[in-house]
Amino acid sequence: MAAHRCGLSLVFILIFSSLACPSSCDALEKANENTGEKQSVSDTPREVNTDGSIAAEDLNERQWQSTDVEVDRSDGTKDSESFTAAAARDQFQEELVIRPLHSGDIYASFQFRTLWDIDFLQERQKVSHYRLFPKSLGQVLSKFSVRELHISFTQGFWRTMQWGQPFIPSPPGAELWVWFHDTVSDVDGNWKELTNVLSGIFCASLNFIDLTNTVQPSASFKPLGLGNATDHRFLRYATLPREIVCTENLTPWKKLLPCGSKAGLSVLLKSEKLFHSSFHSQAVHIRPVCQDEQCTSKAWELRQTLNVVFDLYTSSQGKKEWSLFKMFSRTLTEACPLATSSKIYVDITDNPEGELFELNPVTPLLSQAVVLGDRRTYSVFDLTRAETFGQLCSLNLLLRWKGDSGDMLRPLLHAERYVAGFGLQTGEIHTVIYNNHPYRAFPVLLMDSVPWYLQLYIHTLTVTSKSRDNKPSYIHYQPAKDRHRPHLLEMLIQLPPHSMTEVTVQFERALLKWTEYTPDPNHGFYVGSSVVSALVPSMVAMNTNFTQDQPLFSSFVPVKEESSYFVRVYTEPLLVNLPTPDFSMPYNVICLTCTVVAVGYGSFYNLLTRTFQVDEPSLPLEKRLANLIRRIRGVPLLA
Amino acid sequence: MAAPLTLLLIVAVTIRAVLFRSSLAELISERVEVVSPLNAWKRVVEGLALLDLGVSPYSGDVFHETPLMIYLFHFTVDYAEIVFMVSPYFVDCLSCFLASLDRFRKQKYALESDRYPADCLELLRSPKEMFYIPLKVAMFYLLNPFTILSCVAKSTCGLNNAIIALFIFCTLKGSALLSGILLALATYQSIYPLTLFAPALLFFLQRLYIPVNLRRSSFWCFTLQYAFIYVGSLVVITGLSFFLLGSWDFIPSVYGFIFSVPDLTPNIGLFWYFFAEMFEHFRLFFICVFQINVFFYTIPLSIKLKEHPVFLIFMQIAIISIFKSYPTVGDVALYMAFLPAWSHLYRFLRNIFLVSCVLLACSALFPVLWHLWIYAGSANSNFYYAITLLFNFGQILLVSDYFYAYLRREHHLTHGLYLKKKDGTEATLVLK
Repeated sequence: MAAHRCGLSLVFILIFSSLACPSSCDALEKANENTGEKQSVSDTPREVNTDGSIAAEDLNERQWQSTDVEVDRSDGTKDSESFTAAAARDQFQEELVIRPLHSGDIYASFQFRTLWDIDFLQERQKVSHYRLFPKSLGQVLSKFSVRELHISFTQGFWRTMQWGQPFIPSPPGAELWVWFHDTVSDVDGNWKELTNVLSGIFCASLNFIDLTNTVQPSASFKPLGLGNATDHRFLRYATLPREIVCTENLTPWKKLLPCGSKAGLSVLLKSEKLFHSSFHSQAVHIRPVCQDEQCTSKAWELRQTLNVVFDLYTSSQGKKEWSLFKMFSRTLTEACPLATSSKIYVDITDNPEGELFELNPVTPLLSQAVVLGDRRTYSVFDLTRAETFGQLCSLNLLLRWKGDSGDMLRPLLHAERYVAGFGLQTGEIHTVIYNNHPYRAFPVLLMDSVPWYLQLYIHTLTVTSKSRDNKPSYIHYQPAKDRHRPHLLEMLIQLPPHSMTEVTVQFERALLKWTEYTPDPNHGFYVGSSVVSALVPSMVAMNTNFTQDQPLFSSFVPVKEESSYFVRVYTEPLLVNLPTPDFSMPYNVICLTCTVVAVGYGSFYNLLTRTFQVDEPSLPLEKRLANLIRRIRGVPLLA
Repeated sequence: MAAPLTLLLIVAVTIRAVLFRSSLAELISERVEVVSPLNAWKRVVEGLALLDLGVSPYSGDVFHETPLMIYLFHFTVDYAEIVFMVSPYFVDCLSCFLASLDRFRKQKYALESDRYPADCLELLRSPKEMFYIPLKVAMFYLLNPFTILSCVAKSTCGLNNAIIALFIFCTLKGSALLSGILLALATYQSIYPLTLFAPALLFFLQRLYIPVNLRRSSFWCFTLQYAFIYVGSLVVITGLSFFLLGSWDFIPSVYGFIFSVPDLTPNIGLFWYFFAEMFEHFRLFFICVFQINVFFYTIPLSIKLKEHPVFLIFMQIAIISIFKSYPTVGDVALYMAFLPAWSHLYRFLRNIFLVSCVLLACSALFPVLWHLWIYAGSANSNFYYAITLLFNFGQILLVSDYFYAYLRREHHLTHGLYLKKKDGTEATLVLK
């Protein structure tokens, strides 16, 4: 009992000592934040005031101070000092982006970022003190020598043509891809254990990931973090297109957040609303990033993202308006106390003068960023400031549309897929990729992972764009092994401008063993989405007449980082029917087939072992009886 | 003789050429009855495509041809139709074999006609009947719809049949060297012809007047000699494939595939549905039982038919085509080509009418029930399975009927045709 109390007090000390952060740590954190913002162009927006000048970085200054908790420091001053050094190296940011979509739906994207300046792979030491970083994941990372881990659970399908590109794309069902450290010798063994552990952590059926649905893409999935590992032997990629995502996956995901669902943006994550939506996707991305500009040491970044699309248009009788309360049935009252930054961004790009919709409450802070090749403007609500919440001490964003929204720019890259053919013997997979750019051609990497029970015939592969043969410049094909590994097909295809490219490949459906079918075999089998990865020329670069705010000298040659952006597009998963045996009669089949074999065996046995003889009919009964008596008497027998 | 044979060839070539050019060719090449995973032309093309992509064709589970086959087609893929058109004519050699066999028989007929009981003369074939046998065999093979389908689908089964036919031809011609080499080639192609070693050996022993006696050194001398030719050429061929490919990948992919039956695509055999419905823990046991079943009949049949190696060859080929793991109609056509050679057995066949009806009905029902199951969705797998059962049952009945007739004829040849009971009435023969 005493030990238990001692442990508890240690935890308290750990937490509170870090909250009462010394100024030196403060400076360090700020430095980290700067580097973090410089690293990624797309998701850390540049802060500007309404008049265009860059806002001072005073948003991070307000630190949450613990005032009302007394800490008994008398028993552990020494320990607490050492912890302070370790603990202060964590930081946590939370963010919510709300984008009204042109279809009338609302896209809400949560991002929670935990940064931990420690490298347990390199230091090779046992890290046992965790502060903000979830211990369950940290232990997994160090045990399985994971370099990078990306996992997503998605319910519904992202409609690119109606909604544009998502911030973080994900295929329907579950997707898991992991880069292992190159010191790992038994990658497959680690992968198997890792999927089972993650299955437990996220309450998902990831344990169904085995060699039959794992592939090693050679080009499509490059590490997103530090280190340019190119040896795809350490990469494993798997999808479970049939995975149903529900509350039981959300709860463990929320538990990984430092504030749980108690404070900050995460109070909005109520499952009864989140799953009453057109699209729901939650993901965990872990990768190593730089600690500072020189990149002398590594830090671990955990990014938890949750994307929801609410169909508020149909549910509110055609009125186009939404509010935080309507979407999440909660309002915000505070930021997460552990967060260094906590913000809400509302996309108001289409509404610079407020003629399209009206946003309540108004905020003076605006932010501009180039997101997915498009310059967007956002209203920023900083939850760490008290004035954001107003007098009611609660923030309920309200947006009311005044008129019809304009047309959405069609996404430059779009892909879809379907199965052609009839009957249960053969079929054809059609993947259609659209390049909507008016004058630029660009290459895309298409990756297809097809289960072994659809036998692909690679010689039937055709790629046509504009009704002309379009030979892929790179093909990586790994044929399937029955019951061991799936097909993997990767191609680099050049998409001509403003074109539709169709990739077709024929397959044959296999008859499986009766035990290999899913419980409802006539529903069909899912084939995971194909992945189209591309560097798409940006809209900003496309629009050379964009000279309103920019000086002329800056816009002649497209700026490097804005000229193209990376996009990953997932197609629909396929549902393919396979021929089924009759599941009710294994005994009958075994009996009947064995009977036919036995008929063969019996007739041959008969002919082989017997010889022909003249059939002498046996004597009638009375004669046989008489013979019996005669034999006893010793008299000659009757014929 | 030459004129009708030429006419037959012309007719056969015309039929095939017309079908090759018609739209039916594609339909036929997709039929599961005609092509199996082992010999589908589509898979050969796939293997060549994989080779062009720089991927080993054996790294996947689509290609199961032997390396020699892939290199053969690597150079002749453009002339594939010609290859397949030509291959059935090797089977014509079968007819030549019968010609030679008949010459042999004719002498025997003259020599032995007085040795057999007088009433058995009608059991022996007159030279006139024998004259037409080669033509009949050629007709039975070349105009058999099964062969035509198999040829139009470009199933490599036709090539395997040609190799086996050449082997039989060389054996009957008495060339032990060529026979051994061709037998090794046939074995290399599809394992099962291994069982033809025994009849070939028995034929050579008979031909050289060496009695089958385990204590005689001449017997062992020849057996070892023939076995050496066979095993030696098998090793050479396998080694050659290794050097062509640079790896042993083809062993599990070709022979492992034949033995362990991982592909359960429906065909006309007994394996697919049986192993689709098999309980997992009995699978290995039943695979062993079913595969041993194919090879097992060699020993008792060789003992029983050691005086009649040619009939033994027929029996072995028939058993292989019934009980092999991926049979197609091409295999059935091969042993059916022998049937006219046993025309003298017709009078002893018990249920030839029933069997022919069953086989004809099944051949018609295969596509119908396949359509109902796979395309219309109004039937299920049991329908197709029932037809495969019946088809195999019919084949078994056919083969055992011929076996019965052959044994009975032999009995009559020694005991006279019209047997009498002790009391002088007409006797009936029974197996006891």
